Amino acid sequence: MITFENISKSFEEKEILKGISGEFKEGKTNLIIGSSGTGKSVLLKIIVGLVHPDTGTIYFDGRDFTRGDKKLRTSIRRDIGMLFQGGALFDSKNVEENVMFPLDLDKSKSKSEKLDRVNWCLKRVGLENANKKMPSEISGGMKKRVGIARAIVDDIKYLFCDEPNSGLDPQTSIVIDELIDEITKELKITTVVVTHDMNSVMGIGDHIIYLAKGKKLWEGSKDQILETKVPELHDFVFASKLLQNMKESS
Amino acid sequence: MKTLGKYFIFLGSLFNNRESFKTYFNLVLDESVSIGTSSVFIVAIVSTFIGAVTAVQTAFNIVSPLIENYIIGNIVRDMTILELAPTITAIVFAGKVGSSIASGLGTMRITEQIDALEVMGINSASYLVLPKIIASLIMYPLLVILAAFLSIYGGYLATTLSGIATPEDYVYGLRFAFNEFTVTFMMIKSFVFAFLVSSISAYKGFFTTGGALEVGQSSTKAVTSSVIAILLADYFLAQLLLS
Repeated sequence: MITFENISKSFEEKEILKGISGEFKEGKTNLIIGSSGTGKSVLLKIIVGLVHPDTGTIYFDGRDFTRGDKKLRTSIRRDIGMLFQGGALFDSKNVEENVMFPLDLDKSKSKSEKLDRVNWCLKRVGLENANKKMPSEISGGMKKRVGIARAIVDDIKYLFCDEPNSGLDPQTSIVIDELIDEITKELKITTVVVTHDMNSVMGIGDHIIYLAKGKKLWEGSKDQILETKVPELHDFVFASKLLQNMKESS
Repeated sequence: MKTLGKYFIFLGSLFNNRESFKTYFNLVLDESVSIGTSSVFIVAIVSTFIGAVTAVQTAFNIVSPLIENYIIGNIVRDMTILELAPTITAIVFAGKVGSSIASGLGTMRITEQIDALEVMGINSASYLVLPKIIASLIMYPLLVILAAFLSIYGGYLATTLSGIATPEDYVYGLRFAFNEFTVTFMMIKSFVFAFLVSSISAYKGFFTTGGALEVGQSSTKAVTSSVIAILLADYFLAQLLLS
């Protein structure tokens, strides 16, 4: 389980996060949702250690990631996999080299062991024959799949996804969402997804945190979200005509 | 001052949480090939022509019949070794390699590739920048030696083919009153310039924020700052080592 307490962050004079606390459930697909500019991605980057918070503490299964020593932080980081918005694949490396990259840090594994693991991960995300393709030769959806394969290649415990559906068509978005959810259950990992896509919320949201104006306004499951009494969340959820019509017809 | 402080902290961060020697060895080899091959052609063209032009202009300025023709070779030699080969090549190097380092790192920053390295527990500054600096320190002095040779040879061709001086006069001028320390001075300058160009360009690229427009701006700033640093260092090294 990942717990975070009293997380605040300002950039220059602008306060982005205002004392947010919460937890991400173990073995579940956790979602951070909210409108653009509410600090979702900043919260995610603080949790994975890319941005240092002004205040607050983050615990990974009780281990203090914020104030822990370098050894502890490195060991927690080795348990983390992350899928970035644009995939963040290394341009100069092909698909196989990109996925193998985290394994190259571990000198104890042989080349063939690493290659077997890479091939298993690529097969798992549906990219069996893309090993030698360069990132510039593959589509946005394929980049996300390679990003997922790279994130899970090294026996991780926590998977973080920053807007995995951005730039994808609705069908591919659903495929990526399902892939993330399947991998979470299959590998028994804790997944945190930042999104503002209600399809993702209704599809894979085991546990959801709603942010607005730098604060956590709501926490619950996808079954509870449609019954919300929080005005900001209500407006966010029913911004789509489709959901409005569904609510009115029910 | 704030930027200067941040630059020195950045340089210090290159030596924290380093990867294995083998990892750096492979990266340095790749970067050396990339830096060498990308700039050797332009350095060769520029230095050959600068040598040729220096020779022709020196001959043009010799108006007294009392000054012998061998002085052309003598001036081309000293101009090349003391200034043209290390400094002009450094400016070319900043434009070619410095801008490439800044734009490459800037693109990695805005496409979150640097964040991806950090999440994996890698010191991205050390992993990405240190090999570029080491490769520059290896390749740039070699480029300067090549530039010096081609510049002097360019002067030889211009002088002898146009009949300004005989080959014997030119070669005599090259050998006349030669001070070996000028070569040492050229090599010291080349190491300093290589470090300045690669580290300043890497710093500008590494801290790029925004999008494609800012990557272009970082690249331009890298070249501008590198050239200013080269000229300042050039003056201070001359004061320190020649006066």
